[in-house]
Amino acid sequence: MMAAAIDDAVRSDLFDYLLRLGDDNLVLGQRLGEWCGHGPTLEEDIGLANISLDCLGQATSLLRLAGEVEGRGRDEDRLAFHRDVREFNNAMLVEQPNGDYAKTIVRQFLYDAFGYHQFEALTGAPNEDLAGIAAKAVKEVRYHVRHAGEWLVRFGDGTEESHRRAQEALDELWCYTDELFERDEVVARLVDHGLAADPAVIRPKWDAMVKQVAERATLTLPEDTYQSTGSRQGIHTEHLGHLLAEMQILPRTYPDAKW
Amino acid sequence: MAADEQQIRALLEAIPDPEIPVINIVEMGIVRDIEIDGDRLRVDITPTYTGCPAMHEIKTAVHAAVADLGFGDVEVRTVYAPAWTTDTWSNETRQKLKDYGIAPPGPTGDESPLPFSSEQKPVACPFCDAVDTELKSAFGSTACKSLHFCRACHQPFEHFKCH
Repeated sequence: MMAAAIDDAVRSDLFDYLLRLGDDNLVLGQRLGEWCGHGPTLEEDIGLANISLDCLGQATSLLRLAGEVEGRGRDEDRLAFHRDVREFNNAMLVEQPNGDYAKTIVRQFLYDAFGYHQFEALTGAPNEDLAGIAAKAVKEVRYHVRHAGEWLVRFGDGTEESHRRAQEALDELWCYTDELFERDEVVARLVDHGLAADPAVIRPKWDAMVKQVAERATLTLPEDTYQSTGSRQGIHTEHLGHLLAEMQILPRTYPDAKW
Repeated sequence: MAADEQQIRALLEAIPDPEIPVINIVEMGIVRDIEIDGDRLRVDITPTYTGCPAMHEIKTAVHAAVADLGFGDVEVRTVYAPAWTTDTWSNETRQKLKDYGIAPPGPTGDESPLPFSSEQKPVACPFCDAVDTELKSAFGSTACKSLHFCRACHQPFEHFKCH
């Protein structure tokens, strides 16, 4: 699939970064899949399953590209099912448990507001494959963030109970948001090559979108709270291990299985 | 020996989309490019949605369609750029979709990511053409379709989303 040539100097960084994007969507897709058959209404059950499928599709393309960039023969399945917790680069936000529907929606909205602007920025990447995946993904994530934003407004500006649950979810998940915009050495080097979304550019856009929707939802954004960090280097909350155990058990138990 | 591009295109136009069988994969915009180089044939296809589960089936169908043409080396490649869009669809294709009972996509406009921004343009019912319709869910039986209800003729219907 890889059409564009990769400069060896950025190969290792780009692989790391593609794992971040791919793992975000793989873990988020897995979490959303847990709602399948358990949704609060039929339309939402189907809606979340569709969003999950989009996430898994994005994860597939990103992890496939990551494997090609790495150049060691690992394809998307190998990367998805045969790495352990410390090798996963997903953000802590997406591995948080589903909780009640308000928590799932808040997690979705906070992540998608980031994913939307990140993919939008990457449509201009000089790597044709990455830009192509981003151009497709941004259109899909546009629908995701709108869906989550609409529910967030209904919950926040809803009943006393829905408002309380939405506010609690926001308060609980806020500490996982700064991490999305960290500018570590990998990101800094890639930004110089145009191969990563510049956090300095997408952070203000995320702030504006989150503020706008929260206001409409009559919700209060937390201020000056502790912020978690480390997931882009493989340090995760206690939840990821359980998620991967469930997700990976079959391919790991039967590594040569074909279907 | 082998066929020319016209003939191959005709064979691919006979492959229906697995999800919406009244439309073929060429008019759907899935087939991107056909390249013939002597004994080698390369067909480029592009996914509609990144997670579209029909892509594997489509790839198999393309291989099967050209299997008897005598090419020694056939490659079906998945490409991502430029991104697939419903904007390439002809009016005939949109009409076929409507006749099948699915409201066709309009032109992609300035789709906003903000909440309730889609409420301004209700989708016309494919059965009775009324615009007195409401959105039930942005996601229908597949990721590419949304679910609506017509208040005029009281039927639910799906809409192929502008993409």
